[in-house]
Amino acid sequence: MLPEAGAFLRYQGRRHLQVALRRPSDIVGPLIFFLMVITLFPIGLGPDPTVLAALAPGILWVVALLSSLVVSGRLFQADFEDGTLEQLVLSPHPLAISAMVEVLCHWLLSGVLLALASPAFAVLLNMPSRAIPVLMTSLALGTLCLSLIGAVAASLTVALRRGGVLLSLLSIPLTVPVLIFGTAAVREAALGYDPSSWLALLGALAAGGCVLAPFAIAAGLRISLEA
Amino acid sequence: MWSIVHKMGSPPWFYRFANGAIAWLLPIVLVALVVGCVWGLLVAPPDYRQGNSYRIIFIHVPAAVVALAGYYVMATAGLMSIVWKIKMADTAMRALAPVGAALTFVALVTGSIWGKPTWGAWWVWDARITSMLILLFLYLGVMALSEAFDNKAAAAKACAVLSLVGTVNIPIIYKSVDWWYSLHQPASIKFTGESAIDASMLYPLLLMIVAFYGLFALCVLLRMRTELLTTHRQTSWLRSELS
Amino acid sequence: MADDLLRLESIDLERGVRRLLTGVSLTVRPGDCWQMLGSNGSGKTSLMRAMAGLTRLGVQGYRGGTDSVLYQGHLPGLKPLLSCRENLRWHGSGRVTCDGQKIDAALARVGLEGYEDTVICQLSAGQQRRVGLARLWLSEALLWLLDEPFTAIDVDGTAILEAQIQHHCATGGGVVFTSHQPTHLPELKVLDLDKYAA
Repeated sequence: MLPEAGAFLRYQGRRHLQVALRRPSDIVGPLIFFLMVITLFPIGLGPDPTVLAALAPGILWVVALLSSLVVSGRLFQADFEDGTLEQLVLSPHPLAISAMVEVLCHWLLSGVLLALASPAFAVLLNMPSRAIPVLMTSLALGTLCLSLIGAVAASLTVALRRGGVLLSLLSIPLTVPVLIFGTAAVREAALGYDPSSWLALLGALAAGGCVLAPFAIAAGLRISLEA
Repeated sequence: MWSIVHKMGSPPWFYRFANGAIAWLLPIVLVALVVGCVWGLLVAPPDYRQGNSYRIIFIHVPAAVVALAGYYVMATAGLMSIVWKIKMADTAMRALAPVGAALTFVALVTGSIWGKPTWGAWWVWDARITSMLILLFLYLGVMALSEAFDNKAAAAKACAVLSLVGTVNIPIIYKSVDWWYSLHQPASIKFTGESAIDASMLYPLLLMIVAFYGLFALCVLLRMRTELLTTHRQTSWLRSELS
Repeated sequence: MADDLLRLESIDLERGVRRLLTGVSLTVRPGDCWQMLGSNGSGKTSLMRAMAGLTRLGVQGYRGGTDSVLYQGHLPGLKPLLSCRENLRWHGSGRVTCDGQKIDAALARVGLEGYEDTVICQLSAGQQRRVGLARLWLSEALLWLLDEPFTAIDVDGTAILEAQIQHHCATGGGVVFTSHQPTHLPELKVLDLDKYAA
């Protein structure tokens, strides 16, 4: 890596955040989507608080997963269309690391915000408040995994015409472990048991993903640019 | 060894190899399937717990085993395509995905058929079946990605990356679904019970597994040969082979 | 010839199932200025992308050379929501100096003085292309690959761009570009793709 790599990555991160913050609706939109879909569940399942409380961990996590799918579709799309992705691939710095910076910035503005806003949604579903810190932690770690998986699928589908549905098709099977561990952690906490083993598993998935996913993402981006 | 692999990468060589392999594989697989089916479905003794309805495992288990192995074969073909740029590996991947998906589907349907008399429901969300369903989704994803690209070479590379990512994930998925199931159904009973399988049922099962592997190889070779015939029909070597 | 900037040997180019070019060979040495000529659809853009290393599918043959490449293709390579100055400071190609004064000077050279803080999406297509070309005054890359740099640029701009290309070649860099318009560059080498058409 060249000596100015550190500066380049910092600049890249700042650029991503600057562009994202210039269009706040792109950041707030998914949160509103999350809120609206959560609202559908009491309407569909009935307002009985005990039923909602029992189902709350699963509902929150499934809707978080869907939100992350919606948002992942946009990860590389704009860069592909305006030519910035080409320039990134041509840069002398490793594409895997540049891609990782993109995914991390994306996660900061989607998953982390979701984790921070989740107590409000948990209250809507009558989830016991002792589970809320675990909910936030599991969502923070889990959305990192989901962003990484979504980025792998996005890198493969960015050049395709109707890549949006295909991205969901490719991502969903891979996200099942994250869903299982996340809901288990929140449910254990809601019942008063110790969720730390499930959180540790989520952390392991996130760590493994951070190490391995960037290479897949870089490969996918190169393939998409060649097509 | 590399010379063999590289030779297999050339379409004319592979066409001749496929013809030969199909010629002797077809009778062997047919015989093995017939013998295995008769043995398992008619000759083997009924199970003391489930009676005759257990016999579906002679189709279900081989299909499930080969479907899972097939994904790894597909990922290996993908690796060969990306790393060593072997052209036939692309064809192999395109041939493997639908066969694997079909086998997974057979495993799911037979599992469901098994579930009805045993548990009373057409679909039971146990760990094994759920993992199989996710495997089917992984196969379908590879097939869908392959169709979506206009450029066939790019499609093959993308599917290779996807199947490699899936390979890393499959053990994680299977394990996590196991834990999910034990979390929700602590008093679970596994499909093939803890007790050891009696030899009278084990041997036909093993025979059927081998037969299914052969059937899998046969189907894949047939599909690869067909694709060679369609894409290379204008080339001189193929015309001289056919005449 | 270890310091060749770009070496192509017997490149065959395919697009989809059609073979466009056969046996293209090219060596760009420091100081060379090459113009790529060819009719529309002859594969100019595909070959340019292959030279940059963006495309390896459908390209057979040997491609080697320096990694220090600046590529300007048909897409602007700029973020529409950022201003000219911000785009040039944080450019994705990673080889651009980020000094604010140099950036302002470069923008002035391409005739965009006063537009430094204008957001890209408010500029015309021609102005956006000129922002991309401003990189030529900022980059330290040795090899420039420019796909149709002279489109949507007026006569004055063309003269300034030609001067910069000449300066780059004179200082040991190399340039390969495509253009539909006649250029006034001395010592221009020509790569005619119609010769290599399959």
